Amino acid sequence: MNTRYHRVLSLAAVLAFLAIWSWAATVVGNKVILPTVGEVADLLSSPTEDLLSMGSLLTNVVVSLLRVLLGYTVAVAIAIPLGIAMGYYSSMHTMLGDFLNLFRPIPPLAWVPLVMAWFGVASLADLFGVDRGLWFVYLNNFKYSMVFIIFIGAFYPVLTSSIHGVRNVNRVFLDTARVLGAGEFDIFRKILLPAALPSMVNGMRIGLGVAWMCLVSAEMLPGSISGVGYLITHAYTMASTDIVVAGMFSIGLTGALMDWLFRRVERRCFSWQRLAR
Amino acid sequence: MTHILEIKDVAKSFVTERGLDVRALEKASLRIACGEFVCIVGPSGCGKSTLLRIISGLERADSGRTMYAGRTFEQPHRDVGMVFQEYSVLPWRTVLDNVCLGLEFLQEKKSARIELAMHYLGLVGMARFAEAFPYELSGGMRQRVAIARALATDPQVLLMDEPFGALDAHTRILMQKELLRIWRETRKTVILVTHSVDEAVYLANHIVVMTARPGRIRDVIDVGLEHPRDRSNPEYARMTAQILDVLEEEVVAAGEF
Repeated sequence: MNTRYHRVLSLAAVLAFLAIWSWAATVVGNKVILPTVGEVADLLSSPTEDLLSMGSLLTNVVVSLLRVLLGYTVAVAIAIPLGIAMGYYSSMHTMLGDFLNLFRPIPPLAWVPLVMAWFGVASLADLFGVDRGLWFVYLNNFKYSMVFIIFIGAFYPVLTSSIHGVRNVNRVFLDTARVLGAGEFDIFRKILLPAALPSMVNGMRIGLGVAWMCLVSAEMLPGSISGVGYLITHAYTMASTDIVVAGMFSIGLTGALMDWLFRRVERRCFSWQRLAR
Repeated sequence: MTHILEIKDVAKSFVTERGLDVRALEKASLRIACGEFVCIVGPSGCGKSTLLRIISGLERADSGRTMYAGRTFEQPHRDVGMVFQEYSVLPWRTVLDNVCLGLEFLQEKKSARIELAMHYLGLVGMARFAEAFPYELSGGMRQRVAIARALATDPQVLLMDEPFGALDAHTRILMQKELLRIWRETRKTVILVTHSVDEAVYLANHIVVMTARPGRIRDVIDVGLEHPRDRSNPEYARMTAQILDVLEEEVVAAGEF
């Protein structure tokens, strides 16, 4: 299939959706129930404009994004080494597997009350000991509670896929390395890691998506004072449905963009895996 | 004639996943002279691959010992290399980087690694494909790369576990010729496990015939034919038939077919 045909095809669904939306908006004729495409497009085309004195769309998206990256980085940094160890040493898996599985079914949002009780409104500002000024405003946006929720959301997909990746490494690769005189560290670095990397990156991609969803939901809970989730909830109470929809769009766009970046990396770095079949 | 490898009274049993106790090897003893080409044949499941894995140091025998140049060893040994039946070439590395793998573990300098790797790629006729990835290669080419990789660290003994088992019949015959040429040029000691009696008679100086499970060494046959061997030679056919008869006897006696 050529790329132009591909593009037209993928654009068609979007155009059809916009057409139906426009038509529905004129039929409804009430911008609180369904804003028009134009109203939402206006908001999206001027993302730096202050909305209902809650900051601009862009600022709120960036705040959310930074929160996600913070919690996500912590999750990845713990889940990948742990996953490799659990995938490689069966005793580690026996010890921790069932234990960690107990926590897996708990939706990240169910942690919120407990996490609020633990951390309250403590944020990075407390960590760095800043209590006033511009830096306080910035750092105070990164509450421990939010970071924790994101951590929980991203942790399991990354952990599971690293374990899976390492467990599925062809045994003959390990034997080959051992016969060639590899030490334990060589095996980790030169066999397990590269062999399991495609699976890990796939898990990281899923984890990032989950983290993003968790965060936006967490921001919609009471107590939040910034972020795109907060923007949506607050706009809702002001009956500004156009801002709600614009916020939803920004969430979708940001998430899709991150996913696209990941897939690009996957395609570039792991072509050997796709072609090896 | 000096013995480079000596296997003495090696025994090994396994417990299968369903809890069955399987005696794979029982008191297998073997002595292999320097520069020999030895083929091991035996009924399937007789422990010939297990024997090879014990010699490689990948697996530990329950009792008995393996000695290289008079010294016991139980871990992978620098002087013992191995080529596996499955495609063991790392799919994320180029051909050149695959051959460099063992040299990396030995902490050779990069320039030395590349020089050595290219030398061995030349030996197996794969120098043109140094920058290729394994998925671009045929099965026979991948096994050539695996052979080059095993040779790159310059082991004295090369163990081969059904290295051509996954290849089609025609490629297999070509690879056998190639292997003989490589063996002559490098003067390594080769121990090759195969289930093909024809392959064994075509390649080996000595053919080790194993019994059905639990595996022991039944016969060591001296193949007195000159290389290159002619498959239409009556002596070749007689020897093949003789070994096949022995194997049949073993399988029937064990009642496992």
